[in-house]
Amino acid sequence: MSYQHIEYRVDQGVAILTFNRPASLNSFNAEMHAEVRDALKSARRDAAVRCLMITGNGRGFCAGQDLSDRNVAPGAERPDLGQSIERNYNPMIRALRDFPAPVVCAVNGVAAGAGANIALACDIVFAARSASFIQAFCKIGLVPDSGGTWTLPRLVGHARATALSMLGDKIGAEQAAQWGMIWSCVEDDALYDSALACARQLATQPTRGLALIKRALNASSTNSLDQQLDLERDLQTLAGRTDDYREGVAAFMEKRQPQFQGN
Amino acid sequence: MPTFLLTEPLHNGVLILRLNRPDALNALNTALLEELADLLDDAGLNDDVRSVVITGNERAFAAGADVREMAGLDAVGVMQDPRPRYWARIAAFPKPLIAAVNGYCLGGGCELMMHADIVVASSDAQFGQPEINLGIIPGAGGTQRLIRAVGKALASQMVMTGQPIDAERALQAGLVSELTEPELCLERAIDIARRIARQAPLAMQQAKDVLNRAQESHLAAGLAYERKAFTLLAATEDRNEGIRAFIEKRRPDYRGR
Repeated sequence: MSYQHIEYRVDQGVAILTFNRPASLNSFNAEMHAEVRDALKSARRDAAVRCLMITGNGRGFCAGQDLSDRNVAPGAERPDLGQSIERNYNPMIRALRDFPAPVVCAVNGVAAGAGANIALACDIVFAARSASFIQAFCKIGLVPDSGGTWTLPRLVGHARATALSMLGDKIGAEQAAQWGMIWSCVEDDALYDSALACARQLATQPTRGLALIKRALNASSTNSLDQQLDLERDLQTLAGRTDDYREGVAAFMEKRQPQFQGN
Repeated sequence: MPTFLLTEPLHNGVLILRLNRPDALNALNTALLEELADLLDDAGLNDDVRSVVITGNERAFAAGADVREMAGLDAVGVMQDPRPRYWARIAAFPKPLIAAVNGYCLGGGCELMMHADIVVASSDAQFGQPEINLGIIPGAGGTQRLIRAVGKALASQMVMTGQPIDAERALQAGLVSELTEPELCLERAIDIARRIARQAPLAMQQAKDVLNRAQESHLAAGLAYERKAFTLLAATEDRNEGIRAFIEKRRPDYRGR
């Protein structure tokens, strides 16, 4: 599939997916959804990919749904937004959460609506100092989607999640980092390189182990302590069977740098 | 040698069967069902087999029947179809059958899974009876065993909408007994099968028979049947060995007698 609305390339173990509709702040239309779906599928299947990085071209990271793609004229049939979510947004969020390697996000500008929540669904989020996050849904009578009502309370607590969702106030990158909503706020011109350096570093690490860490952390939000202890036991069983674990221990004993293969 | 099934050498009394039509998501064609019925018939008569684990691959346990095969049958063809006889032989397998389910478990695959006594499912498994989407209905127990396992409302919803349920939902509904991480599913099923294989074989077969009977009879008849089986086991050496070993605080040595 050739891409019009995104860019995708794999470089030194890192798959880089860049939203590329800068004229409309990288907001999503149906074609862009299809392309992102395709790219995520490719990244998942590609054994060379040991980290995924997501960013945007231009001033914005992603402004969520392109509203010009929606017909809300008076008298027109009322839209079924559930269908678009079921078909487009939910599979994307699930694909990011289930992605079997770390997902690094570089938020280069405004992240609004679903755009904010796509960023928050990633594992490690960097944002440029000038970037901002807006839960814009309430401004047009909607509910935060793409996992926002799930990720926000977990990242910033119930009170802040509620106010962000109901007021639709913009929160800057620096504040977001202070609140623990994202990992790191960096200078605008250092954003891309910082995020890529992090992604490249992650791509040299024990990928299978990192994927299992992600699985455990994802499950923790709905598990009891007992269930989580059982899960940790099972995931550690799997991690202990990897070649990278053996290499990690051997390198430690031999006081040398480990060479991880990602399996 | 079966074409569509792989078997692993018998180990500790556990026979492992793997459905093996990966390019067709393990769709159950007539030949595969026949092979499975033959294999289970043999395993039923082989004293060395104490329990059987049945599994597919990581993508699918079995994603249904072979639709192309079905398309060629008219009413008379369906009447003369040998498949119901194979299903009956699979259902009559007298020893514990444990299913390890990863991925798609749909239509005939879901029906086969419901022939197992115990089901361990991977967290990524999906269960459904999508036959209605083809203008047909489940034909190998899908309407009968499902409703007994999960109750009327959910069974009706699954059969009438054709939409699958996920593993978590299947666990809640009682369709499966345990969930595991995908990579550990088969291992856990073998674990259970080994534990079963260490028990007294005759008691195990009576247990299976009585449990199955419970779904087919009213309570009084089931209780009477249970009591008969319980009494019957009093005539076995293994029963005496089991009780004696317990009292003497040692491992029992069962002989199947």
